[in-house]
Amino acid sequence: MRIDPQQDYFALFGLPRRFELDGAALESAFHNLQAEVHPDRHAHLPEAEQRRAMQWATWVNEAFRTLRKPLPRAIYLLELAGVDAGLETNTAMSPAFLMEQMEWREAVEEARAAGEADELEHLRQRLVHHGREMLAGLTEAFDRRGDLDAAAESVRRMMFIEKLQEEIDDALEALES
Amino acid sequence: MAYSEKVLDHYENPRNVGSFGKDEEGVATGMVGAPACGDVMKLQIKVGKDGVIEDAKFKTYGCGSAIASSSLVTEWVKGKTINQALEIKNTEIAEELALPPVKIHCSILAEDAIKAAVADYKKKHEA
Repeated sequence: MRIDPQQDYFALFGLPRRFELDGAALESAFHNLQAEVHPDRHAHLPEAEQRRAMQWATWVNEAFRTLRKPLPRAIYLLELAGVDAGLETNTAMSPAFLMEQMEWREAVEEARAAGEADELEHLRQRLVHHGREMLAGLTEAFDRRGDLDAAAESVRRMMFIEKLQEEIDDALEALES
Repeated sequence: MAYSEKVLDHYENPRNVGSFGKDEEGVATGMVGAPACGDVMKLQIKVGKDGVIEDAKFKTYGCGSAIASSSLVTEWVKGKTINQALEIKNTEIAEELALPPVKIHCSILAEDAIKAAVADYKKKHEA
């Protein structure tokens, strides 16, 4: 087996270490590796090697989950670069951004209380659009400007967007049931 | 996760929820957010001419612990001078509410909200 646990997740899948990612290439590299480390292929080997194959399988899965979605991928890229995204500690977001978040949350809360599924759907559309813009900004910061501080700031903001997304989905689900 | 009785009390009967008018005399606002959980907290203080906090209001979108932490600090800051309010530590908030380790960041958020509100007050009044 040619897996080296010292390498980073991008190297593991033979992908360039950058934010923009070829999803199809990741997918196919993942399936190839998965087949390689599958426990069934190692059933005839001594127990120690079976156990190692199992660990590799877990590691490959973890690597895939990390790179597949933009936000965990961005956090991982910052980690690799030794930049702390400050998700637990950095509470000093721009007041304008936080005010906007508060307004979003109020709008979701009101629409949910009033049972306005259409309004929630409308908010969701706006949020999707907003999320795409932020993603473009993140790509720009990572891959074109190499500005990791700006990337970390974007990541912190996107955590709020993600939470908002969950709140809207929750509200829509509650109204449907 | 089980919330402590004090958290539940503040969560079910939050004190001082709401907002002051933006242009009300002596009002300052602190906005903070916790990226890890997407919580957003707004804390407003109303400061008298003598520098004592007369009233406080909050609005928080977050978990029970975040709501309880902000509700508690609105009670604690009342009657304190702005500089005394700055001495409130997140560890005291966490202790009072018996927050588990994974919720300590909620108390940090509340402490940072006080600091942000006082900073806003100073910016407006000491310039």
